[in-house]
Amino acid sequence: MNITLPPCFAGRHVMLIPGAVIVLVMSLAAICAPLLAPYPPFDLHLNHILEPPSTRFWLGTDRLGRDVFSRMLYGGRVSLWIGFVAVGISVGIGTALGLISGYYRGWVDEVIMRAVDIMLCFPSFFLILAVIAFLEPDMTNIMVVIGLTSWMGVARLVRAETLSLREREFVAAARLAGLLSRRILFSHILPNALAPVLITATLGVAGAILVESGLSFLGLGVQPPTASWGNMLMEGKAVIGTAPWLSVYPGLAILVTVLGYNLLGEYLREILDPRTKQ
Amino acid sequence: MPGTAVFSRRRFAGIAIRVLRKTFWMLLVLFGITCISFFVIHLAPGAPSDAETTLNPLAGEAARRQLEILYGLDRPLHVQYFDWVVRLLRFDFGNSMSADARPVLTKIAERLPLTIGVNLISLVLVLVIAIPLGIITACKQNSLLDRLVTILVFLGFAMPSFWLALLLMLFFGIEHHWLPVSGLTSLNFPELGFWDKCSDLANHLVLPVTVYTVGGLAGMSRYMRACMLEVLRQDYILTARSKGLSQHAVILHHALRNALLPVITLLGLSVPGLIGGSVIIESIFALPGLGQLFYAAVMARDYTLIMGNLVLGAVLTLAGNLLADVCYGLADPRIRLSKGGV
Repeated sequence: MNITLPPCFAGRHVMLIPGAVIVLVMSLAAICAPLLAPYPPFDLHLNHILEPPSTRFWLGTDRLGRDVFSRMLYGGRVSLWIGFVAVGISVGIGTALGLISGYYRGWVDEVIMRAVDIMLCFPSFFLILAVIAFLEPDMTNIMVVIGLTSWMGVARLVRAETLSLREREFVAAARLAGLLSRRILFSHILPNALAPVLITATLGVAGAILVESGLSFLGLGVQPPTASWGNMLMEGKAVIGTAPWLSVYPGLAILVTVLGYNLLGEYLREILDPRTKQ
Repeated sequence: MPGTAVFSRRRFAGIAIRVLRKTFWMLLVLFGITCISFFVIHLAPGAPSDAETTLNPLAGEAARRQLEILYGLDRPLHVQYFDWVVRLLRFDFGNSMSADARPVLTKIAERLPLTIGVNLISLVLVLVIAIPLGIITACKQNSLLDRLVTILVFLGFAMPSFWLALLLMLFFGIEHHWLPVSGLTSLNFPELGFWDKCSDLANHLVLPVTVYTVGGLAGMSRYMRACMLEVLRQDYILTARSKGLSQHAVILHHALRNALLPVITLLGLSVPGLIGGSVIIESIFALPGLGQLFYAAVMARDYTLIMGNLVLGAVLTLAGNLLADVCYGLADPRIRLSKGGV
């Protein structure tokens, strides 16, 4: 028996469908949280404390009788928002430093790349933890700190890309035409170096969501009563014996979302990165 | 053709130069790390004297001043840093700034064996599982097994370690009571005989080790597969095959050695992740390891203890890198023979 799959399920496109669907559904769910949530996320149903999933409360209720499904929708907003902003910061810093490093080379390059090496040797989760604990854990601090400790990969990629692009003819032509370096960097080199940036950014969202949920799980991330998947799991752990659903569903949401971004990132790598083409 | 003695001396000299250069560079990196951490931590709001003064209504401004003088926090920051570095050079990490005021080094030394032990056990498990898995999936690319492993790898990448820990606790500890879910030993530990002590300890470590192992497995098997695929494309593999060697001989004698090289580097680079992960995993399973110590230190703003942990983490990371580099040099003739060049 020979089943022929439609092209989207074969070869390298196999990751696109699940990845894109997950990312799309999760983003929509986060954006439309107020419309989709059956209850407001902070509403206490004090007669329904720690109820298992039912038709009334789809994923059960927590210790204060709040609806878990509604809180997960709102928690998704928080996680995705932190993921996106943190990646925005790290991609911004990484791209800028990578461009400068690769284009000007010499001592500038040396200094920036040594800074990258130093940052890579940091036990970064330790540092993030220390800084967040000292600065009061709020969303802005978390996004900034995650962003500031994860730009090194982007910087290395963009630098490598810039190093090869700056030797190409169109850059030489631009230089002969008398364009300023700034103009060459931003209008000629940057657009051509965007593919690897896009790949790392997509994978970076997944990484940032994992770090944020880890911090929130330790109580050093998003603070209750604001819901995030990590702090829902932290609250769930305290009652894991009596209300296991609190420890299961928020983690599933993290898993699925991170999986979606990873699949999408890998797909982009397959189609954009010439090194993986056979 | 050079004699063996000359050859090995040359080889040794090349590696020695590399190691020296690398060590010098690493000391610089370490200096950078301590500098950044020290200033970030001291300039951030909150101080070790808070717990005993601001948060305690009975203590006044005078008590706070006294504590600051005791800890040396009243001096300018650069003086404090200089002082700290000078003491560090004598391997003196200072005393903890908490109420017990014990030396930082002692506190760390108590916790280190557990964290390192658990990490090493799981590292060995990761290698034992991931290397064969990587080889098989690479040799049978796109087979059913390869597809299955790929799916598992993606799930492994996306799995938050603490969620996996919760699920395992739920299943093995709470549903079935097969394994203990927290702590390192049972309450009746002191009364047990030697072998019972060992099995009690092992029982408590099964779940944490599993979580660490699953965390490392996805990346390692994927990486091993990628390296193997890369090697299998090389000309010398084609040569080996066309000589009529069996698949077995080609894979094990020609491909594996070369494919293992990059894996060594990955091991060196995975140290910071392992150290960071220990904070979460140890807090879930209530293991008295380094991660828990660090968490407590951060919460108490115990500057000396935080710095001690960060320095230790950085040193372990750098040592991992250096070790990886040396192993790489020993294993790869191309690097072994080219002198220097970091």
